[in-house]
Amino acid sequence: MKNPIEHLNKSFDNRIRLGIMSTLMVNDEVSFNELKELLNITDGNLASHLKGLEESGFIRVQKGFIGRKTNTTYAASKAGEKAFKAHLAALEEMIRSSK
Amino acid sequence: MNTENTHLEALQDIKQMMERSSRFISLSGLSGIAAGTCALIGAAVAYPIVNRSHLNTAERNPAELISYNHEFLIKDYTGSSLFTIAVCTLLAAICFAFLFTYLRSKKTNTPIWSASSRRLTLNVMLPLVAGGIYLFRLLQIGTYGLIAPGCLIFYGLALLNASKYTLREVRYLGICEIILGIINLWVIGNGIYFWAFGFGILHILYGIVMWWKYERKQ
Repeated sequence: MKNPIEHLNKSFDNRIRLGIMSTLMVNDEVSFNELKELLNITDGNLASHLKGLEESGFIRVQKGFIGRKTNTTYAASKAGEKAFKAHLAALEEMIRSSK
Repeated sequence: MNTENTHLEALQDIKQMMERSSRFISLSGLSGIAAGTCALIGAAVAYPIVNRSHLNTAERNPAELISYNHEFLIKDYTGSSLFTIAVCTLLAAICFAFLFTYLRSKKTNTPIWSASSRRLTLNVMLPLVAGGIYLFRLLQIGTYGLIAPGCLIFYGLALLNASKYTLREVRYLGICEIILGIINLWVIGNGIYFWAFGFGILHILYGIVMWWKYERKQ
């Protein structure tokens, strides 16, 4: 029998990572501070989840400056978009099959 | 059953984050109702003044009404009273609209000054400022008859543009304002009625529908 959860991506298991990816799917690029405001979480927490997604190759990071302040923006990578869409499809499939 | 619920929750989270990050959705229906009420009060206060100058011009043909450099009219329009009423109405409407939207954003826990609200403000302001400059020139030249339709059309265009960055329903309000403005172009001299309907009644209707749809249950 086919395992129904085989397509559920472990990287998106967490609510915050799911939130980050959802935001990046509909916006070209989002800054660290905007993500922080949207998700309502602390710097450290957000940074660690972003690091995880970056290591999986799902997001692209661009470091820049506004004046002297650092301004890091994030965008979904091609692989990230693909993985996220597959994850959504898997979620949909699971809900449909359990009805 | 339990896992099904977690997956549904995950999907709802995704949907919410996508909307919250790309559109400014804290716009309150009550803002529309308040702004509409301000406009109606403003129109009621302005009515006697407009009516007085209207009596004087009722017998003139529309072409004259558009371009006639009528001293009495100039004094009445720019000569503070009407202008002051218009500015006060606008300020009151903006204040109330901001207040209710601010309260709503507190309730839904979304930042009011975010990337999405900045984008919304910019996209509303562009057509409005262009329209404002155009209308200012009309005032200078003395073509008062075209002011009210101009307000409605440019405001409608601003809303149409804004609808990409906020609640989709704003689009229909924008289209209604544009149609109203265009009709008004052929019924010059009745600007105050169109103005009251477009900025007053349409806002209130829109506000009620939005409140009913999104805020009633909360």
